[in-house]
Amino acid sequence: MAKIGVFVCHCGENIASMVDTGKLVTAISGHPGVAFSSEYKYFCSDPGQETVKRAIRENNLTGVVVAACSPRMHEQTFRKACAEAGLNPYMLELANIREQCSWVHTDRIEATDKAIEITRALVEKVKRNNDLQPISVPVTRRAMVIGGGVAGIQAAIDIATAGREVVLVEREPSIGGHMSQISETFPTLDCSQCILTPRMVEAVQHPNIRVMTYAEVEEVDGFIGNFTVKVRSKARYVKMETCTGCGDCIQKCPVKKIPSEFECELGNRTAIYTPFAQAVPNVPVIDRSRCTYFKNGKCAICKKTCQIDSIDFEQEDKTEYIEVGAIVVATGFQVQNTSMYGEYGYGRYKDVITGLHFERLASASGPTAGKIKRPSDGKEPETVVFIQCAGSRDASKGVKYCSKICCMYTAKHAMLYAHKVHHGKSQIFYMDIRAAGKGYDEFTRRAIEEDEAGYIRGRVSKLYEENGKLIVRGVDTLLGKPVEVEADMVVLATAMVPQPDAKEFAQRIGIGYDEYGFFNEAHLKLRPVETSTAGIYLAGACQSPKDIPDSVSQASAAAAKVLGLFSKEQLEREPVVATVSDSTCAGCWGCVIACPYNAIDRKEITDRNGNLIKRVASVNPGLCQGCGTCVSFCRSNSIDLAGFTESQIFAEVMGL
Amino acid sequence: MTETFEPKIVAFVCTYCTYAGADLAGTSRMKYASNVRMVRLPCTGRISPMFILKALQKGADGVLVSGCHPGDCHFAQGNYHARRRWTVFRSLLAFTGIPEERIKFSWISAAEGAKFAELINSITDEIRALGPFEQYQELQKVIETQSTY
Repeated sequence: MAKIGVFVCHCGENIASMVDTGKLVTAISGHPGVAFSSEYKYFCSDPGQETVKRAIRENNLTGVVVAACSPRMHEQTFRKACAEAGLNPYMLELANIREQCSWVHTDRIEATDKAIEITRALVEKVKRNNDLQPISVPVTRRAMVIGGGVAGIQAAIDIATAGREVVLVEREPSIGGHMSQISETFPTLDCSQCILTPRMVEAVQHPNIRVMTYAEVEEVDGFIGNFTVKVRSKARYVKMETCTGCGDCIQKCPVKKIPSEFECELGNRTAIYTPFAQAVPNVPVIDRSRCTYFKNGKCAICKKTCQIDSIDFEQEDKTEYIEVGAIVVATGFQVQNTSMYGEYGYGRYKDVITGLHFERLASASGPTAGKIKRPSDGKEPETVVFIQCAGSRDASKGVKYCSKICCMYTAKHAMLYAHKVHHGKSQIFYMDIRAAGKGYDEFTRRAIEEDEAGYIRGRVSKLYEENGKLIVRGVDTLLGKPVEVEADMVVLATAMVPQPDAKEFAQRIGIGYDEYGFFNEAHLKLRPVETSTAGIYLAGACQSPKDIPDSVSQASAAAAKVLGLFSKEQLEREPVVATVSDSTCAGCWGCVIACPYNAIDRKEITDRNGNLIKRVASVNPGLCQGCGTCVSFCRSNSIDLAGFTESQIFAEVMGL
Repeated sequence: MTETFEPKIVAFVCTYCTYAGADLAGTSRMKYASNVRMVRLPCTGRISPMFILKALQKGADGVLVSGCHPGDCHFAQGNYHARRRWTVFRSLLAFTGIPEERIKFSWISAAEGAKFAELINSITDEIRALGPFEQYQELQKVIETQSTY
């Protein structure tokens, strides 16, 4: 027999001024099942809660309805009070007679009637509430970081330093990402390699970090605290365990004229190669598609050269399944292919390059050893034109957003150029200068005032070659005049775009993405590092265009989230989950289709001899988020949602 | 009739958007008609057509179903399922003879307190204009008087 206690709160005058609480108490005390009812000025106060607790104990109440404010306000408060009085905290309902009654109505009689009905409906519901226990899910306290750029490295180091194991997966032969390609960094002009390389080494030498390079994440299975990730390590054809990174094989490799991806094809590499000199790990890989041995079985000079026999042509891809509790996705970005800008002649004119090319030209370890030489003839350019927003903020090219870093790196390029070519002249076509960030505006001012970068506000309409010069035709909108600039080299500040396979990857691991392919956060402002899939976090430019400080900050934030998750062995969560009745489930799998979280599996029921009796649906409580879509979908009424069961809702409706 | 008819409307809402929007209308002290009774559910995806029929059977003159805007569902896709289900249910309503106008479907976000207040007022007016929903009760009477076999 249900013994329900109803507690009507005045909330000072907030409720009592519009709802006749005395009448509400009288009306509800006569309702079947109500064993106790009272009113008080503030039930959320300490004495108020004590009253609730005492009433639960003295009357052996089996359920509680507090007629007060919104459950979004004080549900947790009163659940706690119930628990302290020995009542299951889920035997509580809040009748919202403040936000949805007293505050919004002007007629006392109508408001009182409504309050009575709301309270009565919830008394009917709470009679059918069940004792629920928070669900505990064990947590595998090991994290995986996907992507070994600066964001991934930072997240991995932060998690590992806090004492948790990390698996860092990078698909290129070395970690480092785009930051390792950059020459100097704004706004301090410190050398990118110099600040990044120690971090790369720290990551690879950290006792808690396992770095897997030249490896791809193929599948993610499971749920928060319990993911199984399928990782394929691509065959390097070089033994990781024994190779010392001496580089003899690279020196001797006869296939030398392969355009280097790392150098943006401004330099060459061999068929057996490390992407750059400071690669971590410093173990080369053999590019199977270019290697003579793999083409015709001849050559094998690298194998003959290697004194410790570390070349292994028989190596195969290796797949392993790794158990982790949390995943940080830090897969980074790509530079937009600018070929779509026919008017800028990228790809047609050798001396029209992207910002990333310029980074390699300016880099001391780059193909020109840090000398600014134009790609066509290796001459030092006397005039360089930089074109900002080449792709970004241009809806017609499919990139509506601002890539955020280009204003800064263009100013940096102009400075580096001025420092390296003293008589050189730089002209920058821009739409706006967006230099928000610590020390950023000062930096662009410095480019203009000290390094004499010439800024022209306007767009470029056409670029063509004439007498060995590139003619840049545009408009100066401040003067309102067309301009033409003769340039020896043109640098396009190309848009930052998602990795080409970002959408497909997001589908594979089960996270959301936006129209461009940047991964979606759970909430743009308040949950910017979580994804809507519990246990998967984001760091760096895979979420949106970011500079290095932002990427590193987000990586540390993601690491903090992972460590918060790992602070307990068990993960406790609300028991609002669906369950299937095995006896009535017909196995139509409608719920499997309906579930937005892939939380429903097929389960086999066998007799004691192992013979299959039937297949039924089975909800994984770790994955279920409790939306209840499957319940409404079920044709045989075999699924129900704890806390919002069919009988609870029908009773609530009947109580109205 | 001497006094105007006051309809009773049952609203099935999701806790993340529309319930929160109604709370916002409250905290902003907006005023609206007192005819609506809310039933809080985790998601519009949880709302079974049976709930709507039950409410009409119990004596509601109108029903409102409201949740997060498409694309905003806390549970990613629950509201899409609700929308599809509503499309099918609507044709079933036509078959049963229950006037479609008695059931309203809308999207109200947690930030749309004002929209919530306006919606409640407008649907109350609309349902009031339709008059009491008596078909079900009449049918019930017919069944009771004929249930001799």
